[in-house]
Amino acid sequence: MGLLIAASGPVIPNFGGASDKCAVNNGFFCWNWFTQHWGSTFGPAVVQHIILTAIAVGIGFAIAFALALLAYRFDWMETPIAGISSFLYTIPSLALFQILVPFTGLTRLTVEIALVSYTLLLLFRNIVTGLREVPEEVRDAARGMGLTQRQILLRIDLPLAVPAIFAGLRVATVTTISLATVAAFVVDEGLGAPIFDAISRGNFKTEFVAAAALAILLAWVADLLLVALQRMVAPWAAKRRSSVVPRSVVRAIRGRRRPISAVRET
Amino acid sequence: MPFAAAGLGQQFLDSFTFMGNNTSHLLHDTLATIALSGAALGVALAVTLPFAVWLGHLHRGSGMAIRIANLGRALPELGLIAIFLAILGIGFLNVMVALVIVGIPPILANTFTAVDGVDPDVVDAARGMGMSELWIVFKIELPLALPLMFAGIRTSALFVIGASPLAAIAGGGGLGEIIVNQASYGFDGVLAAAIWVAALALLVQALLALLQRAITPEGLKAQARARGEKVVVGISDAERAMEATPSHA
Repeated sequence: MGLLIAASGPVIPNFGGASDKCAVNNGFFCWNWFTQHWGSTFGPAVVQHIILTAIAVGIGFAIAFALALLAYRFDWMETPIAGISSFLYTIPSLALFQILVPFTGLTRLTVEIALVSYTLLLLFRNIVTGLREVPEEVRDAARGMGLTQRQILLRIDLPLAVPAIFAGLRVATVTTISLATVAAFVVDEGLGAPIFDAISRGNFKTEFVAAAALAILLAWVADLLLVALQRMVAPWAAKRRSSVVPRSVVRAIRGRRRPISAVRET
Repeated sequence: MPFAAAGLGQQFLDSFTFMGNNTSHLLHDTLATIALSGAALGVALAVTLPFAVWLGHLHRGSGMAIRIANLGRALPELGLIAIFLAILGIGFLNVMVALVIVGIPPILANTFTAVDGVDPDVVDAARGMGMSELWIVFKIELPLALPLMFAGIRTSALFVIGASPLAAIAGGGGLGEIIVNQASYGFDGVLAAAIWVAALALLVQALLALLQRAITPEGLKAQARARGEKVVVGISDAERAMEATPSHA
């Protein structure tokens, strides 16, 4: 882990090539330096970051989905699964990456195990809640029409849970993009790599700002793409959700025994 | 895999040996982490609560409150610390500002949602009884909003404490100093510090839940019990309130 911590002793500053005056003086953001290093540093870092995130969210979704279906079918499983995933969520990321290193090495596998474990809580909770929120009357109607359990799950429960599932996917993706910057602590990949590089150069500002801004930008773009995807997959959901919080959540939290229409719309 | 599991078990035991040998050091760093996280959470609360309660009371700016919360959620902690390294340099202040930004979104989203969602009939009744607006906020809306508000504060505390080890990268001190310095403290030390951070997060959750129970009016507790509901709602409820974005306009 040959990285230098900003606080640990003097570092000889090395801000880019000597030709770039702005970079040598460690200006807040040197556009020239940024464009010169796009091809060698930032471009590949963005691509790696996307790959790290996509793998983590993909695997996390598969696991969380399977667990959610289990918890949906067998009620008693929900508490232990939620408990374990909550516990994983409280382990500090910087530590979890390191704890795994003795077993899986300084590899992408280490990073992915940690990232996947952080997505589980968010995805599992949302999928289970989404499935549970399907109105019982709708299920009754489906049963009355002669649908089997399996058909009810595939044709009724899952489509109606799509908005909740996408809400979970969005938060999980954004969170993973954020946590993947820390991954550079164990592998030299992703947008965290330039940040640690900037520290080792003696706090080179341009590199800090560029990497952080790209990570934020990436999170926003990913979020927008998921919203667009949801519109394609479930066009009805956009219209249904006019209030800030799904009414079901408000009701669940407040425990109102009142007609739904009484909850204030904004 | 059995070897790996046995190895982790051994490491786990070793980390407790480390805790035994370095208790004072760990306590010292824990206090620093508590100071840092506490300061960040305090500032986040002071900045966000009045704003969110005011917006919620007026039922205004729902889109804005939730959008700020979601945008805030997208900010990477390490990225924030990096940006503030460029602006504020190394030290406590830099990290604290970054952690404040990490802590704001859950508080904002939940407080707004909670106050905004108070039954309008109840507020109307209070107004009819001649209560002033300020009185309505403190006597009606805040008590009714408590469960969801506290869920937000607990989520925020979890985020802030979880991100606090990153502080060490920017010289913010605390348990992160051990976590980033495996060369000096060894694997046992990293594991021990990680366990302490996780334990601290869980402890703070429990304390906040107790605090919430203590300040929830008796009447509301009795009502909740009568309905067979929990007085304290979980983190996941807060998470869900945050996620429930109106689709991007």
